Amino acid sequence: MASWNSNDQKIPQGRLALFSYISVFFIALLLVGFWKLQVVQTGHFADLAERNRVRSIPIIAPRGAMLDREGRVLVDSYPSFSILLLRDDPKSVQRSLPSISDGLGIAMEDLEGQLEAARDEPKFMPIVIKPAASLADIAFVESHRSDLPVLDLMMVQRRRYPHGDMLANTIGYVGEVSAQDLEKNPDKYRPGDIVGKTGLEKEYNDQIVGVDGMRRVVVNSVGKVVRTLDNVEAIPGKPIQLTIDYDLQSIADADMADKTGAVVAMDARTGEVLAMVSKPTFNPDDFAVRISPQEWQKLNSDPHTPLLNRAIQAQLAPGSVFKIVMATAMLESKIIPENYTVYCPGYAEFYGRTFHCWRPQGHGEVDLHRAIVDSCDVFFYNVGKLLGIDVINQYATGLGLGRRTGIDLPGEEPGLMPSEDWVERVFHHKWYAGETISVAIGQGAITVTPIQLARMAAAVASGGTLVQPHLLKNDPTSKVTRFPLSDNTVDLVTEGLYGVVNEGGGTAYHLRLQNIDFCGKSGTAQLMSYNAADRMGTKNMDAWFVGFAPRKNPEIVVAAIVQNTVEHGGEAAGPVVRDIVKAYFDKKNGVPLHPETTTAQNTAPAARPLVATVGAARP
Amino acid sequence: MKDRPRVQDFDWPLLAIVAAISALGVAEIYSATHASAMAGMQWRQLMWIAIGVAGMFLISRIDYHTLLDQAPALYMFGIFCLLIVLVVGYSRLGAKRWIALGGGINFQASELMKLIIIIVLARFFSDVRTDQLTLRDLVKVALLTLVPVALILKQPDLGTAMVLIPVAVVGVLLAGVELRHVVAGVVLLALLIPVGWHMRTHLKPYQQQRIQTFLHPEEDQRGAGYQVSQSEIAVGSGGFWGMGFGKGTQSQLGFIPVRYSDFILAALAEEQGFIGVCVVMLLYLGLILRLVDNAQKAKDRAGMYVVMGVTAILGFHVLVNASMVIGYMPVTGIPLPLMSYGGSATAFVFLALGLVMNVRMRRFVN
Repeated sequence: MASWNSNDQKIPQGRLALFSYISVFFIALLLVGFWKLQVVQTGHFADLAERNRVRSIPIIAPRGAMLDREGRVLVDSYPSFSILLLRDDPKSVQRSLPSISDGLGIAMEDLEGQLEAARDEPKFMPIVIKPAASLADIAFVESHRSDLPVLDLMMVQRRRYPHGDMLANTIGYVGEVSAQDLEKNPDKYRPGDIVGKTGLEKEYNDQIVGVDGMRRVVVNSVGKVVRTLDNVEAIPGKPIQLTIDYDLQSIADADMADKTGAVVAMDARTGEVLAMVSKPTFNPDDFAVRISPQEWQKLNSDPHTPLLNRAIQAQLAPGSVFKIVMATAMLESKIIPENYTVYCPGYAEFYGRTFHCWRPQGHGEVDLHRAIVDSCDVFFYNVGKLLGIDVINQYATGLGLGRRTGIDLPGEEPGLMPSEDWVERVFHHKWYAGETISVAIGQGAITVTPIQLARMAAAVASGGTLVQPHLLKNDPTSKVTRFPLSDNTVDLVTEGLYGVVNEGGGTAYHLRLQNIDFCGKSGTAQLMSYNAADRMGTKNMDAWFVGFAPRKNPEIVVAAIVQNTVEHGGEAAGPVVRDIVKAYFDKKNGVPLHPETTTAQNTAPAARPLVATVGAARP
Repeated sequence: MKDRPRVQDFDWPLLAIVAAISALGVAEIYSATHASAMAGMQWRQLMWIAIGVAGMFLISRIDYHTLLDQAPALYMFGIFCLLIVLVVGYSRLGAKRWIALGGGINFQASELMKLIIIIVLARFFSDVRTDQLTLRDLVKVALLTLVPVALILKQPDLGTAMVLIPVAVVGVLLAGVELRHVVAGVVLLALLIPVGWHMRTHLKPYQQQRIQTFLHPEEDQRGAGYQVSQSEIAVGSGGFWGMGFGKGTQSQLGFIPVRYSDFILAALAEEQGFIGVCVVMLLYLGLILRLVDNAQKAKDRAGMYVVMGVTAILGFHVLVNASMVIGYMPVTGIPLPLMSYGGSATAFVFLALGLVMNVRMRRFVN
């Protein structure tokens, strides 16, 4: 038998007892450890457990739709997904960035930039790293729940533009609330909120935003929602109804499709804007998601200024359209007799300088009526000289030029109606009398916006009623002001404007309409002097046409400008105005609108009925 | 004096404690997995327990002296199995630990090695006739232990490799050792720590990660540090009374990693509270004290060493696992004996207890 298998050794009882004591000691030590966690710090850990499993998910309220005057959808909202980056744990965020960049196709610099921008936000607040997730992006997030737990999905609401870029400059666009706005209204906005940035989206932001809801859910360790604790539904934003008439808008859009310029059609009695076009424009879908800084830069620095709403922001020389103001000033001020005549040889000399008429061979003997119908420059040079700049300024300003119309859009420009005061204030020298001659035919220092011209024409034709243009239907803030004009003045001026379109030899005779008292005035503003243009051999012009109908108590007034054209106002801009005026009366009289013009532009999302779907799109 | 071991001589109180711990384990496995895709795990654990109990009876029939006689052969067999694992074993979770026995049954050779090292070291220590181990003896013990340790580390399985060492340490202390040798050993270990730290780049990345995580848990929320954090949250949020059976959110929602296995104590702490933890820890203390009692009553030193080898391994398991759950030690993958789900681990515990019964049954036999 082996030596070990003998019974001669004593069991070391003492050492075994010591082992027992040590065991008791260790177990006691462990229990102290458990005591510390489970009794002393249990509140802290209960909090952590709660934070682990309960997640608050904001439910974004859809913005209210914008409808045209007949309830047709111009813009609405639809739900989509944004990808969130949870920043609670900076280390794992940093570690995950390369795979996120890879999987979602976002540049590393972009991700780091966004993290940097949100550095001062509380860490528990996630940031949106991809606002419009594609199906592939969503699949990526879902399939990497366990190894990229810093990613999450959030349902958001996006703007949908069923008619593409129609009304883009007027509607404006939405975007994430800016840092400045956040600072100013910390209670109203949270980072990442979508707000209107320009146009109606900005003007009526407070009316169309909804109230975001909140859902508290229990999630498991891989972020999967196990059950819902409570649910505060979002309150969708209210829709707003606009004064825009989709039919007229379509026609205006189609007519302006390839042009640079703007159109404003307005109800002459109320100031309700029926159509508003600004070309070139931008694609609002670029903003519906989140526009990249580069793309914004490109749009913003584009020499064609697609972000400019020319209808209210382009400040241009009115050209001969200004003769409406001149004629009114002449008749109302009574400084010059009604039957005043001028012989036009095609040019005239004032203050030692030769001023040309647009018609080199001259108009011969002209009175006010002929001067309006033929747009004789020499006649109005003389009127301007006799009235002086301050009288012209008085009537122009009275008819709304040189000041904002008060339309319910942000960023409206006032234009400029010069005066002696203005020159002294700004340039610190006396008014050059020769300048008055240029201003008399709407050239020189004077600038106007298309909306101002539309309102001016409506005011003259209605005896001095200045409406406040507006886009919100039933806008309670819309005011009417008066700049009273005598009936005689109104009759004589509107007869002239009727002649422009309806008398043989009128500058816009080709625009006349059957059964409609269509009146108007063309204008062609040189971008340089006649002489310079002749020397350089170019004829780039701003072509205006402002028209209204009927002659007495007009219902509709339209101002159109086509820029950088070689055609005159009546040729380039006139047909746009005529088409809209015709469509307005056709529609009013129940004549079917010309199919090409109404359907050509609105083929955007096929088979989608053009009725309000406000609130139908909910998460 | 009887001349034949009888089943009546089994340590029934000890088995009662074992049954209680196993029952708690099965219940917690059920609670942690019943609402998940892993539902039904408790039945498989019961099956492993049944197999273990059968093995325990079998091993208790073979006189431990016979087993100790075969120690050299068993040792060679154990080393051979570990080598086989390294060559043809198949990987699971990044480590080669398993040998396929066919029929879908796999076993961990390292668990077998735990049993073998108990027998081999018991044999070695009982061979020593002096009151104190010589330096030569110590070197032999170290070699006998470190060869399988190295092979298991190579798999890599740091946890199981470490588990072999307490058998040697406890054995050495019981056999008697000169103070200067103890001091030398401690100094040597102290010197090895910086060397080991310097050599950490030779560790597997996940092992480096675990050490890093243990030192700086807050820096790694989704790796091993995440596991420890979640475990602590579970334990802490359980509070004094616990959240109730099947109601722990940390475990039910899967925040606790492997809540049915290595971290089952965290799941139990969450659902049964400090009270439940006390019951479990006292049961383990009872188990250990009862094992020591068996060692004290062993017929010979060989029997004592066998029992204390088992005690050392089980005690080490409990200490390391519970410490890990409350963040006192790094995550090493050491399960909680009898409670954590696992076939090989459960079988090992019962076979080890079989050795204890073996010793106990023969204490009066000549």
